[in-house]
Amino acid sequence: MQIHITSDDGVPIYIQIVNQVKHLVASGRLAPGDEMPPIRALAEQLVVNPNTVARAYLELERGGIVTKRHGAGTYVSEERSPIGPREKLKILTSRVDSLLTEARHLNVELADIIKLIRDRDVVMEKEKV
Amino acid sequence: MKFPSPSSAESVVAITDLSRRFGPKVVLNDISLYVPRGSVFGLVGENGAGKTTLIKHILGLLRAESGTVRVFGLDPVADPVAVLGRIGYLSEQPDLPGWMRVDELLRYTQAFYPGWDMAYAERLRAQFGLDPAQRLKTLSKGQMAKAGLLAAQAHRPDLLLLDEPSSGLDPLVRRDILEAVIRTVAEEGRTVFFSSHLLEEIERVSDHIAMVHQGRMVLYGALDEIKAQHRRFTLHFETTQAEPPVIAGALSISGMGKEWTVMCNGGRTELPAVTARLGARIVAEHTPSLNEIFVAHAGTAALG
Repeated sequence: MQIHITSDDGVPIYIQIVNQVKHLVASGRLAPGDEMPPIRALAEQLVVNPNTVARAYLELERGGIVTKRHGAGTYVSEERSPIGPREKLKILTSRVDSLLTEARHLNVELADIIKLIRDRDVVMEKEKV
Repeated sequence: MKFPSPSSAESVVAITDLSRRFGPKVVLNDISLYVPRGSVFGLVGENGAGKTTLIKHILGLLRAESGTVRVFGLDPVADPVAVLGRIGYLSEQPDLPGWMRVDELLRYTQAFYPGWDMAYAERLRAQFGLDPAQRLKTLSKGQMAKAGLLAAQAHRPDLLLLDEPSSGLDPLVRRDILEAVIRTVAEEGRTVFFSSHLLEEIERVSDHIAMVHQGRMVLYGALDEIKAQHRRFTLHFETTQAEPPVIAGALSISGMGKEWTVMCNGGRTELPAVTARLGARIVAEHTPSLNEIFVAHAGTAALG
């Protein structure tokens, strides 16, 4: 599980962790039943306060993304797609926005971006097999 | 400025109304702060803001001229043995005897602390990649900082006190030091107090902060709350503004032409109305980084 914390843009660190875990679950890189790292281990890995990680896990638990098993750690929830349609849209919108901003800076036309997305989808489908 | 004081019962360090002059210069001006047990408390400020002077009061190296300093409920000047035995301290420039070897430093430091854990010290030494046979004077700046940290940590102090621990060190050594901070606090009940002018690292590891500027405290509290209260707005005006707009309660206003950035501490409910009256609209709202918050407060303090 790879999470990257940045202090540049002011987003509180626990929210960065929550958003990235949601993204990892949505993209299938974290599968239902996968065990989350212990709070202390993740805090040391990310070099952030353990309370911050604990708060992120609490938020994820409240949102149904992860489930705490008594005395046995925290796991990605088994229910299919715990992320609601609004949440999904929110995650993707922010990604699309940053893609569009970058494309505008690079003077790339919208049609070319759409083509690129289709091309990449084909490549990813091939790689799956 | 007065800040609400939490109960001092659960505070590892309790400082009330502390002031200090050196000659005519007021180095600390009416500082009050409480460090909760188990917290990572970040002391933020520019060089010369009074951070080291404050830390020297906690260590009992300076007597409070006015106000009180209590560490573990004790006066560090009157009871240095009881206080210092439970503190691990790393100064900006660790003053270690250069002729000693790394293993000799560990044995030497052990003599001062009944709670010294040699197995733990050995584990940290190996983790830091320090050669036991190497003389301290031949260590690099980063290795020296690690040796100092090792000596400050291996008696498992209740309070780890770090004064600008990563000043002038490369990112890898800085990471080792911050990891030590996290390790310390992850162990039940231990507390870390550290000063830094690197706000990025304070934001990462602290849960409580105090910001000092020219000897005064400009900001103090739980980092979450401070972050939640501050907002950075971008205002767009219909016409070019020659002068910065006047907005009551704004910490700082910067920009030019039609777009201006306003930093606010609370009071965001009034901003839309104020903005509308000025003939502008809010085009963006962000949570500022600690760095931006500090700059806004330092500017306000300098003006006041």
